[in-house]
Amino acid sequence: MLGTSLVLLGVWTIYPLVRAIQTGHLSCNQTGTRCIDTGWSTYFDVFMSQQFQDALKVSFWLAVMTVPAGLILGVGLAVLADKHLRGIGFFRTVFSSTVATSVAVASLVWFVLLQPEIGVLSDLFSNWVPALKNPGLLRDPGTALPAVALSSIWASLGFTFIVITAGLQSVPKELYESAYVDGAGSFRRFTNVTLPMLSPSILFISVVLTTRALQTYGEVALLTGGGPEPEKSTTTIPYLIYGRNSIISQDIGLKSAAAVLLFLISLVFALVQFRGFEKRVHYGN
Amino acid sequence: MAYGAAVAQVRLEQVTKTFGEGADEVTAVDHVSLDVRDHEFMILLGPSGCGKSTLLRMVAGLEDPTGGDVFIGDRRVNDVEPKLRDIAMVFQSYALYPHKTVAANIEFPLKVRGVDKAERAAQALKAADVLGLTDYMKRKPGQLSGGQRQRVALARAIVRDPAVFLMDEPLSNLDAKLRGDTRAELVELHRRLDSTFIYVTHDQVEAMTMGSRVAILNGGRLEQVGTPQDVYDHPASAFVAQFIGTPPMNLLQPGQMGSSDVQVGIRPEHLLIAADGALEGTVRQIEHLGHEVLLLTESPTGRLTARVAPHADLPVVGDTVRFDVADGHLHRFDAVTGVRVP
Repeated sequence: MLGTSLVLLGVWTIYPLVRAIQTGHLSCNQTGTRCIDTGWSTYFDVFMSQQFQDALKVSFWLAVMTVPAGLILGVGLAVLADKHLRGIGFFRTVFSSTVATSVAVASLVWFVLLQPEIGVLSDLFSNWVPALKNPGLLRDPGTALPAVALSSIWASLGFTFIVITAGLQSVPKELYESAYVDGAGSFRRFTNVTLPMLSPSILFISVVLTTRALQTYGEVALLTGGGPEPEKSTTTIPYLIYGRNSIISQDIGLKSAAAVLLFLISLVFALVQFRGFEKRVHYGN
Repeated sequence: MAYGAAVAQVRLEQVTKTFGEGADEVTAVDHVSLDVRDHEFMILLGPSGCGKSTLLRMVAGLEDPTGGDVFIGDRRVNDVEPKLRDIAMVFQSYALYPHKTVAANIEFPLKVRGVDKAERAAQALKAADVLGLTDYMKRKPGQLSGGQRQRVALARAIVRDPAVFLMDEPLSNLDAKLRGDTRAELVELHRRLDSTFIYVTHDQVEAMTMGSRVAILNGGRLEQVGTPQDVYDHPASAFVAQFIGTPPMNLLQPGQMGSSDVQVGIRPEHLLIAADGALEGTVRQIEHLGHEVLLLTESPTGRLTARVAPHADLPVVGDTVRFDVADGHLHRFDAVTGVRVP
């Protein structure tokens, strides 16, 4: 049994990673037909390049916008829906429905909603947010990234909701009752019982959402194409690597190096979260 | 220590609790009236599903009565929140906050009340000292044994200085030996605190050894309230007669040793082997318990269990034995209702 898992892990994860690291050593010509081995300097050059640094900042800010908002919304909705009320099942279905929505579908929905000419959101809120109509959130360099973040938060809400709802089921009812008997109100029960008992789920969601944010490609491709130009204010690292107008599209060495760097950055973010929240996460009852 | 200085009486008047509606309605507690006196250690005893925990939860304020009234002292508390009822509750699973230390768990009720940090720590230490927990204050519940966790739950209740302690089967998660040791500790704690305890259990040994009075429930109804010896010697119904006592009371067929509308009950220790005894049975099994022997016999009219002293001339399996009944130890119950009759 273990052998099969190791084979699969080797074939689908370890081998591609090793090959990518090796390929990142290459520096190729414009057509990608001739490559030479430059050692680890390619990684250094890519990391220090202005384009990578800009893309890193975009990815970072996307994570800053999507992770806390996604967590707060997901936890909030899950707690609200964790009641024994008639008809609550309908709301649970609605809140979790985005888990079945692909990135492409979610992005297209938001693309239409935010269209200055026909978008419902543009029509409804343009008095308060003029940029909705002119030039449109996705076309304004200052608002394009938050608009992409909005689509991403919406798309991952269902996953967050389901994981947190599952976590809530494992919180012993007697903990709430004991806190209630001791005089704790709703907010204190939430902070002293719900949040600590949900901490493993919250850490899990935080790591997943952060990784997802760093790997955002589909939303950018469909909503903004990495623009608006010339700032390229929504070009994330994956879009820098694989986007339609990628400046490194022909250089497999640079692409591999950037991808490996993205992997390492994601790893660092995950480790920081694990170490940072270690003492606040409680496992087991 | 001045814990338990303000004691109270708990009074339940025709308390009823139903769940569900219409055809799905279930009556968990059915018109129960009960007085718990000051300083009393009242046991709520009964089989699973009899409504004892539901009754306790209504005293705590975790369930609202469907009917009837709950009084703590002179105050009707039906609509009063648990935190204002001057009660503390120990749950079956202890309900300790796993992410908090022992000290933080004990301090929690005080923190909710707004007691300042230094005072909280001092009171928590006092409560921990009562229960021998001072060496464990910095540990978390996951690092404690079952008995230690149970004491933390008790300390958290004590620190509230309540008028009434409510305990919902707090010993059921402990092993048999620890349960025995902790029973004695709880009785001693009740004596030290001099408070009112209401204690739920399905274990008759706990009920008989700990309680000053026992309230026996069955199917949501109160069967009998009395001292442990009283309910043992004078069971109010066939249910109580068979629930209290191990082995249970022998219940004869209606008409055996009396009229056909009466069912006679005899405790195993009151069946005496006699050559001309009125009752007869064939020995099917003999259980040697060291200090006594149980004879399990069968006859066409039913089974009889007798408790006899260990001696040389015991019958063997297959022997026919006759029994007499010790004077004054026949119990009579209505064959239909099960209620005790004179």
